[in-house]
Formats: sequence, structure tokens, C-alpha cells
Amino acid sequence: MAITSPETYWWKPADKEEKLWITIAIVWCLILFTMMPLWHIVGGQNPSVEPLKIRPKDYEKISDAFIEKYKIGEESGIPVVKPPDGADVYLRGQMWNWMPILELKKGVNYKFHISSIDLMHGFSLQPLVMNFQIVPGHDNILNITPTSSGTFHIICNEFCGINHHTMVGKIVVKD
Amino acid sequence: MAANALEFRTCPITGKKVYATAQNLIWANAVTAVVFILVGGLAALLVLLTRWPAVHLLSPDLFYRILTLHPIAALVAWIIFFEVAGLYFGCTVLLNSRIAAPKVAWLAYFLMLVGAALVAVEILIGNADVMFTSYIPLQASPLYYLGVILFAVGALVACGIFFGTLAIAKAEKTYEGSLPLVTFGLSAAAIIAVWTLASGAIIYIPTFLWSLGVIKNIDAAMYRLIFWGFGHASQQINVTAMVSVWYLLGVLTVGLKPVNEKVCRSAFVLYIFFINLASEHHLLTDPTLSPAHKIANTSYFIYMAALASMIHALAIPMAVEVAQRKKGYTKGIFEWLTKAPWGEPGFPALVFSLFIFGFIGGITGIVNGTEQLSIKSHNTWAMTGHFHGTVVGGTTLAFMGLTYYLIPLVFRREIIGKKWATAQPYIYGIGLIIFTLSMIAAGTLGVPRRHWDITFADSIIPFSFDPTAILLVTLTALGGLTAIVGGAIYVGVAVLSVFFGRKLAPNEAKLI
Repeated sequence: MAITSPETYWWKPADKEEKLWITIAIVWCLILFTMMPLWHIVGGQNPSVEPLKIRPKDYEKISDAFIEKYKIGEESGIPVVKPPDGADVYLRGQMWNWMPILELKKGVNYKFHISSIDLMHGFSLQPLVMNFQIVPGHDNILNITPTSSGTFHIICNEFCGINHHTMVGKIVVKD
Repeated sequence: MAANALEFRTCPITGKKVYATAQNLIWANAVTAVVFILVGGLAALLVLLTRWPAVHLLSPDLFYRILTLHPIAALVAWIIFFEVAGLYFGCTVLLNSRIAAPKVAWLAYFLMLVGAALVAVEILIGNADVMFTSYIPLQASPLYYLGVILFAVGALVACGIFFGTLAIAKAEKTYEGSLPLVTFGLSAAAIIAVWTLASGAIIYIPTFLWSLGVIKNIDAAMYRLIFWGFGHASQQINVTAMVSVWYLLGVLTVGLKPVNEKVCRSAFVLYIFFINLASEHHLLTDPTLSPAHKIANTSYFIYMAALASMIHALAIPMAVEVAQRKKGYTKGIFEWLTKAPWGEPGFPALVFSLFIFGFIGGITGIVNGTEQLSIKSHNTWAMTGHFHGTVVGGTTLAFMGLTYYLIPLVFRREIIGKKWATAQPYIYGIGLIIFTLSMIAAGTLGVPRRHWDITFADSIIPFSFDPTAILLVTLTALGGLTAIVGGAIYVGVAVLSVFFGRKLAPNEAKLI
């Protein structure tokens, strides 16, 4: 029994059924193991591949300059920004909003720099459900090409204090 | 408590020697565990009733506070106290041995108790609304971190007692040949625990100093990396201990005998080597690690550990079948299963635990741990659904099933309310299946974890989810409430039996 010491020498070969099962399991593991790097190369969507450290204060300055330069209006007190095609886009998580509201063009590639100037935040793009961890002191760099037009929302899905559940941002993609 | 270190009785069921000092320690740790699952369960009820949009019970500050308390009580304190009881059981009773340094073991117990109580009190008085992960730069009071450190040190000392007892048993030749499989599995869990608790010390000690102002800066991403070396690795202790308990439940319910000891033991060794290295899947959507790092860590290493689980997934049902067929249940393909002891709590607990852990917790874990699919599920409720499948449906349910046997075996009390005890794994298991599946489904629609209001009523920019998501949240609440009823039955039966159950006569060979 499993609660008593084995009666005899126990280093015995596995049975046929056990060997078959273990072989199937190993093959399955190998398939998964191959798919992971393969999909990284073949697939179109990967998490950030360019780790970059940036001090929250420096990031705040750069993103403020970005907002000032390309601001086209304001909505509920939050600036609306329309960056030129192919520009570097700065999207800032802060307690408790995503700054600024972005207006992008369908089919154009943008280099997103997403970071936080205070606590950890969770970038969660709705309704596509794409999620990234936003860490203060680190720039989450993502190359994003909007493939459909419409209004998208960003909610926060990492706890960031008492009003965490009110933190909603917006991206408008136009044709 | 002041029992003679060499006083023992012989168990009328297993013929094993049970030393009084060890028995008292097992009793104290197991009873404390049950107290904490009661706290954790009440917190679960409050969290659930708040996340259910139709009820929305607590205010946001209380919600985040209770949400911080829930895993501290239910994931850390309940499970680790129970595991310490299980470790002591595995190294003393199963090996006919006395326990090493009982006074130090009591010190470990009090360190853990004081630590857990300190953490719980700090949370409840509002000094630590930081969630279980306490991600920097969110800061809790120094006493919160100190509590975690005390608890971890206590648990580390308890692992030391376990290893010391293994050495004593070997030196005093209390058993012959190799360790029993269950003790072997528990040893694997204890080895993983040492690494885990070391990671905990590496991250919580500087964090404690940071909260005191001694250290100025801790990198938030570095904190996440090492925290998960502790946070996820401690779930790997739970997996390994749970698999050991599965074998134990197999013995207690159908007299399971491993078909091939080599296969089962090798699988435990795979856990030791690979499972902890896989903790980096928490960081797949972080901006800090290179793709090569992520891929090596979360594909190669995690799949070697998944292989171990696949091996146990065959070995346990196979051994149950062999044991049942030996008893004469040989008709057709499935008589061994239909004639299994479904009418006693241990067997349904084993089956539900295996099923929920494997098919809900394990499979979603592998899926979510893929670099690209992590983008879809990171920080959503799909994650919460995944780990409730592993640590609640898997570990907690297995430990609950074992409790009904520990009470007569080790504490020598008869179970009060056997029918309730038998119904409990069914209610808890079915509730959890509904709960975890609805939760995962809601998560795939984007419902976030750790969120007070998914209707976003107070947001400047309005946003609302698909009504299907709200329906799934309601289903989650109903499944969760069912599981909480099952949890309440467990606590009721366990507490009543331990304190008021009929004392069994010394020679009474009654199990359940």
C-alpha cells in the first residue's frame, strides 16, 4: 500500500499501458514545446519584446509633451490626442484614468509606449480582451496596427487603489 | 501537550505507532487550519455577494479589504497549517516514528499562528489594503510584512522538523526499506517548500525594510519576479501535497497499492526539478523579460511538470481499478468504478478533486501559460477561475476528504453526521464546477479580477460589458454559494466531531 514501504525491490520497468500513456504524454508535451517558439515567430501577436527601463518622472514628461503636441480636443476633462501616422504613442496609466484618449487610423502601425507613473496597472482592451501588465519604471512597448474601426475601451484589471474600478480609457479608430 | 516524548499507542486499523507528542502537534495544526478556512470562507461569501451585481453588498473599501483577507486565510493559512499537519502525519505515524524536537515544532506552530493572526488583524483594521500580491509600490504597514515573514519562518522550521524526523526514523530503523509512497510525495512537497519559503524571505525582508523606510527603492518588476517565486511556488507545494493525499485517500477508501512505485516516484521527482522554475508565466505580459527567457521558462519547464501530473493522472485511477478488481469487482469494463465506495466521503472527494484539478485547473493553467494566450487571460477572471480549480477544487477538496479519516484515525473520535460528511464532497464539488467554469467563461469575455463594479457606474468614460458576461457572473455567484454551503458543512462536521464526537475505545477499529 502507498502508506507502507514497498515490500520488494521497486525499481521495475513500467507496464505496457503505462509506457504507452507516458509516451503519449511526452509527445503531447513536445508538440506544445514546439508550438510556443513557433507561434512566437509565425503568429502576429506577441507581448512586448523590447524591455526598456524608464523612470516614472521621465516617462511623465515625455507623455505630457506627446499630449501637448498632438492634442485635438478634450472629452470629460481628458485630452483627446491624434498622433500622426506611424508615430510613437504614449499611453499613461495613472490613478485612476488612462491618459490620453487616442484617435487612431485603421491600418496604420503605431509604436505604443505604455507605462505607469504611480502604481501597477492592468491594461485591458475591450471588447477584444487583450491584457498587458503595466509596471511603473518599465516601458511596455507594443507595435499595434488597428485592423477595424470603432470605439474601444481600456479598463484597468490590476488593483490600483480605492477607485480602481472607475479607471476606464478610450481609443477611437477611424477609417 | 506535555506528553512524554516516548509515549505511544498502536493504531488498531493500520498497526502503526502513534506518538502522543506528534498526535498533539497534528491536532493543533489541523484544528487551526479549520479555523482559518472558516475565516476564509466567510470572506469568500462577502466577496461573492459583492461581485454579484444584483446584490453588490460591500462598499469598495471594505470589498478590497476583505478581498485581501480571503486568500491570506483560505490559501495561505488553511492550506499551510493543514499541510504541516499532513507532513507531521507522514513522517511520524506512517513511519512509526517519534517526532524530532517537539518543542521546536511547537515554536514553529506559534510563529505561524502569530504571523497569520498579525496579517489578518492588520488587514481587518485597514492597514494593508494591498491584495494578496502586495505589489510594490502599493504599501502596507510594516507589521503586515512582519506577519508574513513570521509565518514563513514558522513554516520553514516545520519543514525542518519533517526532515529531522525522517532522519530519526531512518536512524532508529522504525521502517524497513524505502519510504512509503505517501511520505515520499510529502518529502517532495517539503523540498519544494524550502525553495518557496526562501524566495518569500528574499522578497519580504527587503519589502519589510522598505515599509520602514530603511530601503528607499525596490524595482516593481523585480518584486513581481521574486514574489511569484514565492506566490506560485507555494501553489506547487499544494499540488505535490495534494497528489500525496490522493494516494492516501486511495489507501483509506479502496486499499490502493501503487501499480509501479518507480513510475509514481519518478513523477514526484519531476515536480521537484521543474515545477518551481515555471513560475514566470505570471510575467508573460510584463515588459521586462526577453521572449527567449519567457519561452524557455514557461514551455520547457512547465511541460516537464505537466508530464508529472499526467503520470499521476494515470497512476491513481489505474491503482484504484487494480485494487477494486482484486476485491472481485471484475464484471465488464466499469464495475470497479460503479461499485466503488461512493457512499463514504473519501472516494467522491478523491474523484472530484482529481477531476476538477485536472480538467479545469490543470488544463486552463497550461493554456493560460502560453505566451500569446496569456494576453487573452492575464488578470481576467479566467485566471481566478483557473486557480480556484487547482487550489480549491483540487487541494482544498482533497484535504477536506482526508479530514474525515484523520479524525477517527489520529484524534480517535467518531465522525458526527456521517451523512452530511458524505454529501459534502458532492455539494462542494458540483458547486465548484459551476463556479470555476462560469468564472473562466466570464473572464474570456473580459471580466476583470479584483474589481468592485463591473458596471462601471462611477467612471468618467462610460463602459459596459456584454449582458452575457453579467449572466456568467451571476452563475458564478450561484455556483460559489453552493460551494460555500458545502464548505460550511465541512467546518460543521469537522468541529463537532473533533470536540464532541464519541471517543473511540483503544481497540476500536472503526474508520468511518
